[in-house]
Amino acid sequence: MLLVEQTRQGDMAAYEKLVKQYDRQVFRIANHIVQNREDAEDVVQDAFLKAYQKLDQFQGNSKFYTWLVRIAVNEALMRLRKRRTGRMVSIDEDVETEEGSMPRDLADWSPDPEAMYGQSEMGDILRKTIQGLPPGFRVVFVLRDVEGLSTEETAETLGLSIPAVKSRLLRARLQLRERLSRYFKRGQGRQAQAQVGAK
Amino acid sequence: MTCTEFLAQLDDMLDQDAAIPLRADLQEHLRECEHCEITLNTTRKTIQIYRSHELYELPDDLRERLHNAILAKCRNC
Repeated sequence: MLLVEQTRQGDMAAYEKLVKQYDRQVFRIANHIVQNREDAEDVVQDAFLKAYQKLDQFQGNSKFYTWLVRIAVNEALMRLRKRRTGRMVSIDEDVETEEGSMPRDLADWSPDPEAMYGQSEMGDILRKTIQGLPPGFRVVFVLRDVEGLSTEETAETLGLSIPAVKSRLLRARLQLRERLSRYFKRGQGRQAQAQVGAK
Repeated sequence: MTCTEFLAQLDDMLDQDAAIPLRADLQEHLRECEHCEITLNTTRKTIQIYRSHELYELPDDLRERLHNAILAKCRNC
């Protein structure tokens, strides 16, 4: 809060510290939503500029970080909308799908699935898998499970109710688990490796 | 307890401290149902894997460029 107060008083060095403190997280979240590096760079710039311009509106009831993330998520969704030539994109999109309510692929995984792939291959698998989720599930999973926000903070950031966050989180987790099973299930490593290699 | 009822508790099980023992009825269902045991373990692993891999790293040169651009815009606004 001290850095926020110092920035309000015109101390740009204080704002630079805030940027350095949160830029990596904002970049990650933006990338997860827009799925395009150039757009994510623009989102980072716009989010920090908007936060600076609106700093007087920051009440201090929430953490600066969750307030900043809310701005970044809105910027990212707007960017996604522009890229899709005006089609509406919201965190409610595609969340009514029935997929993910009950696990189907119940094969157990290899004891150490991460050892089945190289670092780069694993990154490709994880990116490809999470990109397949609807935006409304993806953003909840990223904020809650990757960035470590609480359920309450995630709800506040996205303007959702707590039951809605819990419901989306469960379905996001189950959908990701199901999709990753094709790569990680016992005895399937070599076949899946060939699939990744062929892409 | 049915699998659907177990699944409704899945998030609470995943979010609580692993050291906290599960409720007796959940434990009993897990002992009898391999499917739910696999679902719990592999979902927990899914979260761990995503947490431990940095999918979108911000390289130093890009970071510096973004800082400069952000601060220049803020100074001029």
